[in-house]
This record gives sequence, structure tokens and C-alpha cells, in this order.
Amino acid sequence: MTATDSADLVSIPALLTRNAREFGDKAAYREKEFGIWQSWTWVEAVEQVEALALGLLSLGAEKGDHVAIAGRNRPYLYWAMLAAQSIGAVPVPIYQDAVGDEIAYVLDHCNARFIVAGDQEQVDKILDIRDSLKNLQTIIYLDPRGLRKYDHSILKQYQSLQEEGRAARGDLGDELAKRQAAQTYDDTCVMLYTSGTTGRPKGVVLSNRNVIETSKNSSQFDDLGPGEEVLAYLPMAWVGDYTFSMGQALWTGFCVNCPESAETMMTDLREIGPTYYFAPPRVFENQLTNVMIRMEDAGRLKKWMFDKAMAHAKRVGPALLSGASVGFLDRVKYFLGDIFIYGPLKNTLGLSRVRIGYTAGEAIGPELFDFYRSLGINLKQLYGQTEATVYVTIQPDGQVRADTVGVPAPGVEVRIGDNGEIYYRSPGVFVEYYNNPESTASTKDAEGWVATGDAGFFEEDTGHLRIIDRAKDVGKMADGRLFAPKYVENKLKFYPNILEAVVFGNDRDYCTAFVNIDLNAVGNWAERNNIAYGGYQELSQHPQVLDMIKAHIEETNQSIAQDPMLSGCQVRRFLVLHKELDADDGEMTRTRKVRRRTVEDKFDDLIAGLYGGALFVETTTEVTYEDGRKGSISAKLELRDAALAAEQQMAAQ
Amino acid sequence: MFDQAESFVTADGRTIGSVMMEMKNITLRFGGVVAIKDISFDVREGEIRAIIGPNGAGKSSMLNVISGFYHPQEGEVWYKGARRPEMKPFEVARQGIARTFQNIALFEGMSVLDNVMTGRLNHMKSGILSQAIWYGKAEREETENRAVVERVIDFLEIQHIRKTPVSRLPYGLKKRVELARALAADPKLLLLDEPMAGMNVEEKEDMSRFILDVNDEFGTTIVLIEHDMGVVMDLSDRVVVMDYGKKIGDGPPDEVRNNQAVIDAYLGVAHD
Repeated sequence: MTATDSADLVSIPALLTRNAREFGDKAAYREKEFGIWQSWTWVEAVEQVEALALGLLSLGAEKGDHVAIAGRNRPYLYWAMLAAQSIGAVPVPIYQDAVGDEIAYVLDHCNARFIVAGDQEQVDKILDIRDSLKNLQTIIYLDPRGLRKYDHSILKQYQSLQEEGRAARGDLGDELAKRQAAQTYDDTCVMLYTSGTTGRPKGVVLSNRNVIETSKNSSQFDDLGPGEEVLAYLPMAWVGDYTFSMGQALWTGFCVNCPESAETMMTDLREIGPTYYFAPPRVFENQLTNVMIRMEDAGRLKKWMFDKAMAHAKRVGPALLSGASVGFLDRVKYFLGDIFIYGPLKNTLGLSRVRIGYTAGEAIGPELFDFYRSLGINLKQLYGQTEATVYVTIQPDGQVRADTVGVPAPGVEVRIGDNGEIYYRSPGVFVEYYNNPESTASTKDAEGWVATGDAGFFEEDTGHLRIIDRAKDVGKMADGRLFAPKYVENKLKFYPNILEAVVFGNDRDYCTAFVNIDLNAVGNWAERNNIAYGGYQELSQHPQVLDMIKAHIEETNQSIAQDPMLSGCQVRRFLVLHKELDADDGEMTRTRKVRRRTVEDKFDDLIAGLYGGALFVETTTEVTYEDGRKGSISAKLELRDAALAAEQQMAAQ
Repeated sequence: MFDQAESFVTADGRTIGSVMMEMKNITLRFGGVVAIKDISFDVREGEIRAIIGPNGAGKSSMLNVISGFYHPQEGEVWYKGARRPEMKPFEVARQGIARTFQNIALFEGMSVLDNVMTGRLNHMKSGILSQAIWYGKAEREETENRAVVERVIDFLEIQHIRKTPVSRLPYGLKKRVELARALAADPKLLLLDEPMAGMNVEEKEDMSRFILDVNDEFGTTIVLIEHDMGVVMDLSDRVVVMDYGKKIGDGPPDEVRNNQAVIDAYLGVAHD
């Protein structure tokens, strides 16, 4: 059973109707609640969406209204997006963990008239900023818990709105059908806000054409069918989740599974056993760290078997997966390893059934990448952007490597500008930034080419794209050599002990770095070595930890020195920050990308110390707690020198 | 604020009903030691009633009287308009009164789910035999009870530890599991003995939220003992203050806060 092509499939709700017709009582959505996987078929999903769409009509929703959606991944919230689309309104999913200011900006910018909120937490955040939202008419909330006694003048419960919608079917049914029929391929499908690595988030407007064409191409590329299972756990406001859990799911008719809560995600992953799985490198890294920590505590025999089997997997696993030739004896050994180690391990990780896995968003460490591939998990990389409806480049099966991001995705043209910046053009290219013609014009030219803001190059022999850094972060050192901070930071972050790194050096004589240690990994190391510590801050300044980080940096310097183009980026001085960089403090985006300028401004005293040759710096930093309150922490940081790999550097020059 | 009216709505929109439980002139002695001396107070339907006082004031003893664990030598307990005869704790529990303990009293080796299921014990009616072979009524009953328990687990946000043995949990979560077990019994009156003892600020905030939500969502009447004054003042509708087995104050938090006897008891004044 496969999805059929048809000319009238010009909107996401049209795909929903088709799925109900073709796949009828096959499961479309599942959510674990009350300890059981509750499921809805395509037919049931249509009924739910229609009821809510009619409810929205009864509230007077107009074509083009913005309907904001805030909450964790739940079928009801996906239906809210579909319901909004059915009546010609535009869904605007927002990051559920965004704080008041950020939400206020987005809601104000898109002039949201309706908001669908998952629970009391979201409602509270919106009510706090209610005065600044002129156009807000109704907040529709899903989980009634704690909200019973709230002033209901602008609040409405989701299911009761659906009831009202069902009751009004007689009056409004025709209007709904009319609105659905009026949709065209170029109408707006969804608006997604960029995470805003620099400056304010921008509202990326994607049309039905963008989403459906992209979903069609990418589904064909990986041969996705209606039998796939996915776990929807990444933020709904992120373009990836929209494409996987809405675009591709509706195009191919596969089932979207929502976890019970953020904490149960790993258990739910194991229970569902997705066949198509996406995770940022961070999630894969956490999983690997957990496995390694548990293996440290395992018995001797188990540990021996694990080490032995993993060494073999590392040698032949990736080759087997890519279909390269592998000797008979090695195949037998791998088969045995699969029975005793790889199989059970994949099962524990919930990845037994993964046919296609993707990682993107950040560079992934080669060790990490190979670990999963050596287990026989078909993990691949893709490179994309919100403005491209995800796909720019993608790795085909059998051509998978850690250090490239693959070839242009189907339907995508890619070229490299004179300054090294990557440009692309595709059917997925966004319509515009909402209410921001200047930014639209500076990003997308008249011929439809979009500047990614990333610098990179195509490898000559393979045709694969390699990313160096953000184009605007690439700079020059004082002596004119190339400065590419991300390149160094990624190398540093591949060490399990280093969570985050920020490298400075533009217009300077040498490079310096801030490091965040990974509390999980370093904490575990401390425990095994009987090192007592009271928290992140104390552990981060422990002399042995500094020694450890110094060793990592010196090793990285060695490897950087190999590359003649970038050998100037070796880190000469560093410090370990006394706090973790945090999105609540504005140091990172909600998708956990470092905001370089903010960090630079906020810790300018530390940078001055690094370049001024100080051995210690005392500093006080303001922090914001999750509930928005502010506090401050002060610390005395030790600044250390790291050895440069001088020999190679000289040779390179 | 609290007059004789049958029921009324408080400033924050909660409905407080008529008197649900009344303690009349309770005196409890252990041999020569007088733990509770001639104390009277009432609990109204839907309210959060706090009992506070310094260490050894007799707060836990009072809770044990309400739960039927101790039997007072003098005085009467009235519950739902009738005088309650001397009862065993399980009989009290059947009347819809559930409690948590100051020192956690969970089955450490059992999973969270199993622990919370024990809270449904009074709602299971099938015989030993049918339960052993899990057939007919027993199967139906377990399904029904599991559904109730899952709702509680969802409500208290402990889904992620559903299958975890209690012994592996940190203290704050154990406290929450205990509350879950009490809630699973579907109580009309919930007794909480120091629900926030030993918790950090964040855990206290969470627990306060849960207590308010339980009261709000299920309309459960709550009697709680607590040392953290901030929590008591924020949560409760009325406060009974005890010191050396005697009642030295009773009223809304603001009134009690300014009561001289209460201030003395807390700051320490010589007793005669």
C-alpha cells in the first residue's frame, strides 16, 4: 500500500483527507498516556481535526490569522496545526521552553489571534504578557489541570471547543469545506521562527509547495513508506519536527508517536522502536555516555566481551553497513557480536529497528558517529536550514562519512560563492521572512538563491560538501591567517568531557578558548577517582580537571596543525567557565547553539584576562533561573596556557 | 472570614464547604504524659487546614487521632455529622481518610506502580482465590484500579519512575510516591505529616503546587503538619497552632502570624 499521487494534493489538510481515504483505520498518531499507548487512526484524526477546525470557525477565525501553538509534542497539538491549516489560518509553533520575553516577541511579531497552549505552564507565561498582545482573542488550553479557577474570559478548553465545533457542524460545515477547497499550492502552510543565533528570531514563511515538494522528494530519497514509525520528541517549533512529523508523515502516511513526557523519552523510544529516527548529535552523545558509564560499572567478563566486540565492530561494522567487501571470518565474528553485544545494546538504546537515522544541526564527532554505524545503525548526516524546509545536502546510503554532509538533496542546487559561502536553490526555498522585506532581500536573491551564512567547499573527488564554519564567524587573525572558530570548537566538543567550547581570535595574535565541561562525564570520572565536589562550579575549577582539559586542547592543537589553512587557530590560552552556557541567560539559542557575540560581551573581563596574561580572574555573572528570577554567581577562575604544536605550524607556513 | 455560613467562596475563588470533621475536647495521654490537652477544632470541606507548632507540641499525635491510630481518653471525634466510634485505622481508611507519614513508609523493594496500587486495597473486593488465578472479577477490578492509579501517576508527574523500585529513588521523589499512594485511595480527607520535611526549595515548590492542585482538582480536604512557615502561610486557609499539647491559636494565617502566644511559642518564652 503506497500513497498515490494526485493533482489536488495541494495542502496538508488535503493529504490528511487522502490518508483517511487510503489508510483508513491504520494508526496515524499514538501517544503514551496513563501508562498505555493510546492510538488514533487516520479516520479518527480527521474527526478530531475537523471538530477543532469547526471550533475555531465558531470563534470567528479568519483566513490568514496566526494560530500559535505552545507545548510538548502531543497529537492534539499536531491536530491544532492541521485544524488551523484547514480553515486557511497559519499555525505558528513556538518553543515550549522559551521564556516570557521571547514568547512575547514572537506572539507580538506574528500578531497571534489564537494560541493553543499545552498546559498551565504555557498559559501562565502567556497571561503574564497578555497586556502586550493586542490581537489575542482566545487561549485554547489542553490540559485543564490547575486552570479550573482561572478567569475564563479569554480561556477555552480544547475538548470543549471541539464539542462546540461538533455542535456547529450544521452551520459551519459548508464554510469549512469552502475554506479547504479554496487552498492553493502557494498559500502559506506554516510559519516557523528561526532560533535567532544572531539578533531577534525571524518568522520563516513556508508555503504548501515548499513543504509538500520537500516531503515528496525526501521520502522518495529514503524510500519512506506508510509502515514507518517515528518518535516525535524534538521541539514542535523546529523545522525538522515539522517536516518529519507533519510533512513526511502526512505525505507517506506513517505513524507519529508522542512520548509520555520528556523524562520518559528513552523508555518510550525503546517501546516504539522507530524505523526512521532523527536526533541531534547531543542526544546520541548522551546515549553513548550513558552506555559507557554503565559499562564502567559492569562485571569483568561483560566488560571484556563488550570491549572485544566493540573493537571488532569498529573495524568492520561501517564497511558492512556501506556494503563494502568484508572477509568471511570477520563476517562470522560480527554475526556473533551481533547476537551477544550489538543486538542487545541496540535494543537497550531503542534503535533495533532503525532503518534510517539522521543527525544534523551540529557537527558530529567521528568517534561518536562511527560508534553507532559500527553497531549496524544506518546513521547519516544531513545539512539543512529552516529557510530550505530542512534539506540542502544529504548523505545517500553507502556514501556516509563523519566529516562531510553529503551531496545536494533531490531537487536542490548548491553553489559556493566567491567568499566561500554556500548558496542553494530548491522547491523548498522559503517564501519570505514575515514582515521583514529587508532580511528577505538580503538572504534570497531574485533568482531564488539563498545564502546559508555558512562557509564550505565541495570535495573534488567525491562531490560531498564540507562545512567549515559560519561565514560571518570566519575571520582573520592579526597576522592575516584564517580564523574559523567553529572548526576548532567542534574538534574540542568531540571529547566527551567537553560539553561546549567558544574560541576567540579574530584580529588577535593568537586564539583562546572558553570551555564548559560535561558534568555527566567529568562527574563520573571524579566519582571514580574519589574527587569530591559540590557542583558544577567547584568541579570546573579543580586542578586535575584543568589538567585534563589542557591535555584535550593540546591534542586538538596537534590535529589542527595538520591543516595548513587553519593552523593559526591553535588555542594558546584557555579557561573553564564557572557556569554552563544557558539559553535562559541568552548565551545560547533554544536549539543550543552558542551566541558568540553575547558570550563575548558578557565575559569581556575573562577575555581581557586571557589576552592580558593574567593567571587568575575574579568575576561575577548574572544568571536567570527557569522561572525568570535573576541571581548572580561569582568565582575565581584559573587561566591556563596550552602548548602549541609548533613544528607543524612552521612547516605549514 | 469563617463564620457560621454553610459554604462560601474565598478570595482566590475556592469553595469552602460546611464542617466535615470536628474534634471536640480531645485529650490524649500516654501514661502520665499528656500529649494533647483538651483541644477542639474543626475541618471544613474543601479547605487546607494546617497544624503547626514547635517540636513535641503534639501535632503528629493529633494526626494519629484523626487517622484512628490513637484513641483519645477524653473527647469526641465527629466525622460527616456523626460521632465516630472507636475505630481501627483500616476502618477509618474505608471512611475516606488517607495519610502520608513523617518518615516515609513505602515498600522499598516494590516498584512505584506496585506501591501506589496498594493504595487501592480498600477498593478491591474480589476474593483471594480469584485474585490468585486472576480471573473474572479480579481481572476487571485490577484494570479499573490500574486506571485510577495511572491517573494519579500522571497527575503527580512520576511516569518516568513508574517501574523503578522505590529504594532507588531520591528522598523528594519518595515523598511524592507516598502522596500518590494516599491519593490512589481516592480520599475525602487527606492527612499529610510534614510533606516537605528535608526538601530543597525547588522540591518544596513542586510539592506545594501538587498539594494545591490536589485540593483544586479533586476537591480533597487536606490537613497538613508543616514546619516551613512560608509554605504554611501560602497554602493553608486556616491554621491551628499547638504548643505543649495545648491549642494556642486558631484562624487564618495572617491572624495567627500576629498572635502573641504563637510568636512566643516559636521564639521561645519560659513556660510556667
